[in-house]
Amino acid sequence: MPAQPDGTPSREGYFGPYGGQFVPETLMGPLRELTAAFKQISDDQKFWTELRGLLKHYVGRPSPLYFAERLTEKLGGARIYLKREDLNHTGSHKINNTLGQVLLARRMGKPRIIAETGAGMHGVATATVAARFGLECVVYMGAKDIERQAPNVARMKMMGAEVRSVKAGSATLKDAMNEALRDWVATVDNTFYVIGSVAGPHPYPTMVREFQRVIGQETHAQILELEGRLPDLLIACVGGGSNAMGLFAEFIDQPQVAMRGVEAAGEGLESGHHAASITAGQVGVLHGSKSYLLQDAHGQVQEAHSISAGLDYPGVGPQHSFLHDSGRVTYSAIEDGDAVRAAYDLSRLEGIIPALESAHAIADAMNVAPLMGRDKLIVVNLSGRGDKDLHTLMAANPYGEEQRP
Amino acid sequence: MSGSGTAHVARMFADLRAAGRKALIVYIMAGDPTPQATAHLVPRLQAAGVDLVELGFPFSEPVADGPVIQAAGQRAMPHMHSLDAFFKLVRGIRKDCDVPMIAFTYYNPIFRYGEERFLRDAQAAGLDGAILPDLPIAEADQWQALCRAQGMAAIFLEAPNTPDDQARLIAQASQGFVYLVSLKGVTGSSKNLGENLAQRVRRFRAISDIPLAVGFGISTVAHVRQVAPLCDAVVVGSGVVTRLAEAPDAAAGEEAVLAYVGELRAALDHL
Repeated sequence: MPAQPDGTPSREGYFGPYGGQFVPETLMGPLRELTAAFKQISDDQKFWTELRGLLKHYVGRPSPLYFAERLTEKLGGARIYLKREDLNHTGSHKINNTLGQVLLARRMGKPRIIAETGAGMHGVATATVAARFGLECVVYMGAKDIERQAPNVARMKMMGAEVRSVKAGSATLKDAMNEALRDWVATVDNTFYVIGSVAGPHPYPTMVREFQRVIGQETHAQILELEGRLPDLLIACVGGGSNAMGLFAEFIDQPQVAMRGVEAAGEGLESGHHAASITAGQVGVLHGSKSYLLQDAHGQVQEAHSISAGLDYPGVGPQHSFLHDSGRVTYSAIEDGDAVRAAYDLSRLEGIIPALESAHAIADAMNVAPLMGRDKLIVVNLSGRGDKDLHTLMAANPYGEEQRP
Repeated sequence: MSGSGTAHVARMFADLRAAGRKALIVYIMAGDPTPQATAHLVPRLQAAGVDLVELGFPFSEPVADGPVIQAAGQRAMPHMHSLDAFFKLVRGIRKDCDVPMIAFTYYNPIFRYGEERFLRDAQAAGLDGAILPDLPIAEADQWQALCRAQGMAAIFLEAPNTPDDQARLIAQASQGFVYLVSLKGVTGSSKNLGENLAQRVRRFRAISDIPLAVGFGISTVAHVRQVAPLCDAVVVGSGVVTRLAEAPDAAAGEEAVLAYVGELRAALDHL
């Protein structure tokens, strides 16, 4: 049975053949409870009014839709707009979702919040909202990520969250998620697990998309105001895929709007060191859902590789797998070096330092914009700011000290 | 060999029930520390009074396991990376002993291998069934049907927060026995067993009389004495794996495990 055109799961929790609830039995009850609670708030105006108020006054929404004039000029093709999720409080799109989930946790009477984080942006966004509502917060983070994202670790601690280092496996995001699931199995009675992406077991892929949908809703209104029409192309980076689903969801039933999801090609798809689950993976089951997955011939999950910690994940949200198979979204992959170059170019052309994750989307836009007419419109989701990546970016400067692109 | 698959497991439980005895189920990770050590150990486990062996196949993302079994999986992974290696080990063990053996692993390696092909090859190698802790009954329609068709035991887990309607479905879906998880948590979790265990078992018994094994967090003679009167079998995993891990070599590990298993067996036989 196919998923509905709007992406509503076909059978409970499925997008075509992808999704589901592949979790230990102890989590089935809590997932049923969560699904019911999410359904309940879905048409509860009071919930959404409170959330909208916080998004406006606490997060600073709506985020601007900014015309990147000099980037557009340099590329000489389609007009490029940037959806400035980097300007949100905490510096990325992640807080849209953590606010929604933590409000839901309060409704469900759960005093303890846990989360996994890769780059640390979701961890920071969770710690922030937990502090705002006075809830206990534990964030699981791979030891390798703790090392390369030190500023975000400090931010979480500053706000009173406990950051637990995960040394198992590759010591990155997937291992942090394993550990968060283990915590949740033991603490389901008082704990709400705030998953940061459109991954995990149902209802997370749907719920996170709905909390991120505000990105696309604003973009829709803003582009109509600025250009009087819908964009020709949307571009967003995809690790688990929450910023992309947030932008895409509102446009899925507008066939004139093309979409590109950009995965991390790491050191190159042929190198085997990448994080391109859709582009180069096979269908499998990880962290509660069936989706494309980086795995070997024996079904052992492979470590992902990306210069960007937020894309360094071997799985991808199940709806992305469905949108890939259906052809509605085109998925491409950008290598580390091209993402770094794009980060420098955007910084020097527009005075905007993007997160390395978002730089993958910028790099893809730089590839396709010149091939499109000057009358075409592209919206790139600038999902986060690059402060956390400055150390990596400095070490990888492709231009030397003085040179400009 | 006294039958294979579900029939083998069912015969074991029927014989024990007739004798008024309780089953001792032991979990070990295949290939921890080496395939040779596992092959050497399993027949001796049977001789020491183990009635069924859960043989772990290492998976890279063991979300249901605590640190002890995670570490065992990491030790085993280099020589037990593929199901082919696993089946080869099982075939070797089957030459020496007829103890019922159940694979304990996660769904993805089996999904990738092909469920039907897995069941066929597992049975040919000498396995009697499988436990997949991340495949709840809601996702297991096809798996259940294939297990039934192949005569292989599909064992599902019942958790402390499983409601009655789901428990009924779990009892119907399971073949061989049902695995009642004693506590909310991962394997090897706790020094204390879950609350209301007796009440939970009574509730489950009202639903089904399928053999019932209780596991997770059971490691001491005291635990065994507390749990065994309630059910048909106790499962001990992390306690065994810890002894293998802490021994200076495989021979010493085996000796420590056999002594430990002997104590548990004696406790079970003198309840």
